[in-house]
Order: sequence, then structure tokens, then C-alpha cells
Amino acid sequence: MLAYALRRLVSLGLSLVVASLVIFLVVEVAPGDPASFMLGINAQPDTVAALRAELGLDLPKWQRYLAWVGGMVTGDFGMSYTYRTPVSEMVMDRLWISLPLALYALVLSTALAFPAALLAASRRGEAGDFAVMGATQLGIAVPNFWFAMLLVLLFAINLGWFSAGGFPGWEDPGAALKALTLPAVALALPQAAILARVMRSALIDILAEDFMRTARAKGLTRAQALWRHGVRNALIPVLTILGLQFSFLLAGAIIIEQVFFLPGLGRLIFQAISQRDLIVVESVVMLLVFAVILVTFLTDMAYAAVDPRLRRRA
Amino acid sequence: MFRRTLTALAFVATPALAQQSDLTLAIQLEPPHLDPTSAAAGAIDSVLYSNVFEGLTRFAADGSVEPALAESWEISEDGTTYTFTLREGVRFHDGSAFDAEDVKFSLDRARAEDSVNAQKALFEGISEVSVVDPATVEITLAQPDGSFLFNLAWGDAVIVAPETIEGIKQSPVGTGPFAFSEWVQGDRVELTRYADYWGPAPALEAATFKFISDPTAAFAAMMAQDIDAFAGFPAPENIAQFEVDPRFQVLMGSTEGETILAMNNGQEPFDDPAVREAVAHAIDRQAIIDGAMFGQGTPIGTHFAPHHPDYVDLTDLSPHDPEVARQMLADAGYGEGFSTTLKLPPPSYARRGGEIIAAQLREVGIETEITNLEWAQWLEEVFRGKDYGLTIVSHTEPMDIGIYARPDYYFQYDNPDFQALMTELTGTTDAGDRSDLLAEAQRMIAEDHVNGYLFQLAFPTVADARLKGLWQNQPTQANPLAGVSWAE
Repeated sequence: MLAYALRRLVSLGLSLVVASLVIFLVVEVAPGDPASFMLGINAQPDTVAALRAELGLDLPKWQRYLAWVGGMVTGDFGMSYTYRTPVSEMVMDRLWISLPLALYALVLSTALAFPAALLAASRRGEAGDFAVMGATQLGIAVPNFWFAMLLVLLFAINLGWFSAGGFPGWEDPGAALKALTLPAVALALPQAAILARVMRSALIDILAEDFMRTARAKGLTRAQALWRHGVRNALIPVLTILGLQFSFLLAGAIIIEQVFFLPGLGRLIFQAISQRDLIVVESVVMLLVFAVILVTFLTDMAYAAVDPRLRRRA
Repeated sequence: MFRRTLTALAFVATPALAQQSDLTLAIQLEPPHLDPTSAAAGAIDSVLYSNVFEGLTRFAADGSVEPALAESWEISEDGTTYTFTLREGVRFHDGSAFDAEDVKFSLDRARAEDSVNAQKALFEGISEVSVVDPATVEITLAQPDGSFLFNLAWGDAVIVAPETIEGIKQSPVGTGPFAFSEWVQGDRVELTRYADYWGPAPALEAATFKFISDPTAAFAAMMAQDIDAFAGFPAPENIAQFEVDPRFQVLMGSTEGETILAMNNGQEPFDDPAVREAVAHAIDRQAIIDGAMFGQGTPIGTHFAPHHPDYVDLTDLSPHDPEVARQMLADAGYGEGFSTTLKLPPPSYARRGGEIIAAQLREVGIETEITNLEWAQWLEEVFRGKDYGLTIVSHTEPMDIGIYARPDYYFQYDNPDFQALMTELTGTTDAGDRSDLLAEAQRMIAEDHVNGYLFQLAFPTVADARLKGLWQNQPTQANPLAGVSWAE
């Protein structure tokens, strides 16, 4: 297990170095100067030059790359060009929304997908199965932002149960959770649909395995066999999907954050890109890469935990 | 029984509503930071102008310049020395007193060598700022400047204090009727009434500026009444719906935004005035206003705001007439037409308007290749690089006809007569003479068809029907809240 973990860690480190290079090059190559963006169309050239010097944009690219990477290693992610606050602070503020939202959506989607998949797999070919499969088809086909707008129309405008968006802050956890509910539902449904389908087919494959017949033969009921031997074995593909979904939910909620005007991580990147706040784009993308790589690593470890064969092979 | 319960509820609810003394106002863009003296972003002024920060003079709701921190002023015979008498008893929100030193500090900072003021040109004429006594400042100009008091009213010319300049980007300290209290980045800025304000106390105790960029979200938040008002409502297609809803009022205001089809005067074929005139005739302004702006906007025939007293209506110089346009192109040697680029920044006036203009130009044989650009790219390619044929942009700075005197400006209009006219205007302080010069300037660029003049950008505000005192027009980008109150 330790050797396996170490090997995964080395490849994790290499991925990070390559990612930092790619991110820096891509962001720096894109046209647009942050200083002239901030000063607008009436600014004089000497004013723009003064601001470029103030922001350190007049240094050569390689020097800025090294300063950026060096800073990150020591935990300093630089200073936003436009907001003039440390990037790490901005990211922390936004994470307090994006992380709970992603977790909330993940819990919702798992809570929906697991029972649905179990029902569909155990009643394969029956009415329940068809109902679940139909619903998941719909869940995958409907874009989440459109679904989000429907939720707003119904629950915020017509019924007035929720506000149409925004985030009150965590001082009142009840209000905060309430504000995250509609966005979490909008995010969770398509994810739940995918998860349910993957889990259903994994379960169906496993139901046909010899060990399931053995389990039934030793006297377990169908439900008991499914629960004790089926679910655990079906977890591997499900964990893969969950890992991927979590990374997606963390950064990919941009459109949902737009619809509900939530100040999350996705919107931070979106804003930073349009304002050419290069350092924010670079650092946040880098952090996300790190998060994705970390989640992948943890998922790999989780495989090893549920499937002892992986440990031994490594 | 049911009805009686409802009546009882209504009685309970009414007094609570009548006492409302806070306001949640949404605007589309979030300020990048809160220092109006070091960025061009209009969103900074939208939140802070006349709320948190004040200058020596300020814009009133009708666009006129009125005294603010300067109570009065005297101008010397030769027009080069302004002596300002400052208001007494003014305190910054941190409790420190406002005096002549603060004025000197602010203006010297804005015009310094290493200044990052986005409108540094406003202060270029100043040769010296001197403190006479704590309540008197004398500003000496290199030469008379008829628009100096106007320049001092800009958000970029507000008075800041040296003690608090360090933290201004995150926690601004000014002299205005509202003090900054909190900024939740990405979401809102909160202001509270400043008890020691020198002027009349505002009716509102607290105000929250919320930032909602998505038009659909703006509509939903307004409909659900999460917000009390939206200044610069971004979904023109939904305005009609608010107009008929008794819960809301719609204020249709004007801005300083002349929306133009800019032509690259420094490049073929737009260096030929006949081609530019042909383009002007090819354009159907009303069709663009109806199609792209849902009818909101006033047609213009020159680069000047129609609500300004000195405006001259010159739309008749270029009526929509494709036949004439085709003939002019043929006479100019473009009988077969030509093709050019049309580069569009993100706002919907440009993106939607661009499609319509492309169709209108195709009518007369001009093919356009449309490219959509982000603002940063637009600044780089079009504005600085001058690499474009046509572009659409709204010039939102007040009284900016002077940009036509800058030959290196992105549309590259180089006319010595116009440049001389602008120099003369700067040196003229008599109001009547200035009007005449401004009229001549408007006519000159309209007759030269420097750009296609489309329409004045409208400014729709959707608000709770009980709100009073919101600015309808935008003589500068601002939402001063001192005069805003709830109806009884």
C-alpha cells in the first residue's frame, strides 16, 4: 500500500509541474493587458506604464513565472491585479461557498442515485426499472442551467419560498443552506442521473457473477446478497464517477453560479478572465488542478481500500 | 373568517413596511476595487460617487455642476486662478477633519508623475495647488480652461485623505453622506448613513449594492423582490413586463453614452470621406434601436448627448437611404462593394447591433466579417492596435467630443481645423461662446462623417413602485442615494 501511494505521489508532483507551465503559457499568450483594461480608453500611455510597473508586469515573463511558482511553494499565491487583495484570501472566501455547494450537491445526488440504482437493478426489466431509466434519460438531457431557471421561476418568483439567488453569508447557517438549496438541486439532478445509470449497470453486471449465485445459495435473500456483496463491488466505477463529479462541481458550477449570482469560485475565474486578472486566473486554475489531482489520488486510495487486489498488485 | 384573518395580517404588516429605511440596489458590474481615483471602471463610481466620496464640485441629477466640498469659488480676471472656499465642519468617516491640505494632497496625487489616475488628462492644466489657509485653496492653471469646474466634478477628482489612502482600495474613507461598511466580494457592498454628514441627512439608514451580471438572474431577483431596484437593468426585453406590474416602476433615463459605429479613418477604404458618408446612409438607426435595444435609445447624428442644452440634431445629414449609399460607393470607385472587419465588444448593443448593421451594410454591397471580442482583447486589438475596419462602442464619458482632436485615437480622425477648434474651446470661458464652438464642433465631425452615429444609450432603472428620488439619468455613472426615500 505504501509503495503504491508513493508512486502515485510522484506522478502527482510531475503533473503539477507540467500543469503550471501549461497554465502560465496559455494565460500569458492570450491577448489583453490587465493595466490598460483597468485604466480604460481615456488613459494616457504614461499612466498605463506607471500601473504596469506598480503591478510588476514590466518584468520578463520567465522571471514572473519563477516568482509565481516560488510563491506558490511557500503558500503565497500572489496579489490580484484588479482587486489588490491576496489571491489566497479571495480563494478562501469563494471556497466557503463553492465547497459546501459542491458537497451539498454531491450528497443530494448520491442520496437520489443510490436508491434509484438499487431499485432499478433489483427490478431489472420491470416497471420500476423503466421509470428510473426514463427519469435518468431526462436528467442527463436537460441542461442544468435551464433546470435552474425553472426552479427559480417556480420556487422564487411564483411561490416565493426561496430567494432568486445571492448568498447571505454563513453567520446564519440556516439561511446560508437555504440559499444554496436551489443551486445544489440544479447541480445534483444531472449528476444523480449519470450516477444512477452507472451504478445500475455495475450492479447488473455483478448480479450475474458467480459469487452472487453462491451468496444466494448459502441462504441470503436477494436483497441481502445485493446489499452485502453487490453494492460493495459496484462501488469502484461509482467512486470514479463521484471523484470526477466532485472536481466538476467545484469549478464547473460557473453557469449555475451565474444564474443564482453566487460569489463562488467559478464566477471568480470567469470575472478574472474577462478582466485579464492573469495572476488570479493562473493561481486559481493551478489550485483547481491541484484539487483534481488530489481527488484523483484519494479516489485511487479509496479503490485500494475497497479492492484489496489493487493493493497487492502494486 | 378567512377574510378577517387576512385583514388582521394586513394591519400587522403595514407599519413594518412603512418604516423601511434600508435599500438594496442592484447594478450589473462589480467594482474591481473601491478607489475611484485609480481605475476607469464605471462600477466604482456607480457605488461610491456622491455616496462615499465627494469632490470640490459635483454633478447634479440634471448634469449641471454644483458646489460640493467647495462652498464657493472665485475666478481671476485672466481665468487662470481659481480660489475655492471650502465648506467648514466637514469630517471624513474616520472622524478626521477635512481641510485644504486634503485637497492639495488629492489633486497633487492625481497629477503626479507616477499617478495611475485613469483620467489624468483632467488635471493636466493644473500648474500649482496651494493652501492659503485651512479653508481656502488656490489652484493655478497654465492657461484658462472653460471646463475646469466640470473636470473637478468627475469621480476621478474626488477628495481623499492622506491618512487613509493606504487602504482605499478595500475600505474607502470619504466625506459623503454614507460611510463604507462592508464588501463581500462577488456579492455586495454595504453602506451606512454617516451621522456627521455636513449636508442634509439622508432618509435611508443603510444601503446595499448587489452585483448581478446575468440578465436572467436580474429579472428573477427583481420579480422575486429580493432587490428593491436595479439601476441599468440589463434585460431590455423584460422592461415591458415591469411597466405593467403595479409593484414596480420603470425609469427610462439617458446616459452620456454615444453609441457609434466607429470607422478606421486611417485605413482604406474609410480614409475616403465619401465611403464614410455612404456607410452613414446605409445605416437605419431606428431599426438598430428597435432590433438591438427593444426601442430604447435616442437617435443621434453627431458625437454629443441629446439631453445636453448645446446639442444640435444632425441626424438629417445622414438619413437612411441605401440607394444613395450605393451610388456614393460607386462614385468613390467601390461599385463592386468591398469587404471589411466588424469587431464587436461584449455589450449587447454591440453584439446585437452588429448583426443588424452587417445586414444593412450588405444591402449596399459592403460585406463584413464579424469577430466577437472580450473587452481586454478589444482594447488590445482595436483600441490600441487600431487593427480593425469597423467596430461598435458606446463612449460613456461625459462631454468627450475632444477625443476627435486626438489623431492617434483609435478611429484616427486627423483634422487640424477640428484640433484648432478644441484648443479655442478650452481657452473660452464665456458660456455663449462655448455653446457656439460646441455646435460648430458637432457639425464638423457630422459633416465629415467620421463615424456612424447611432444612438444615445438609454439607462433603464426598474424599482419598487414606492421608491422615490433615484437618479433617472446618468450625467455620470452614479447612483447617489442621499435623496432616495420610501413613500409613506
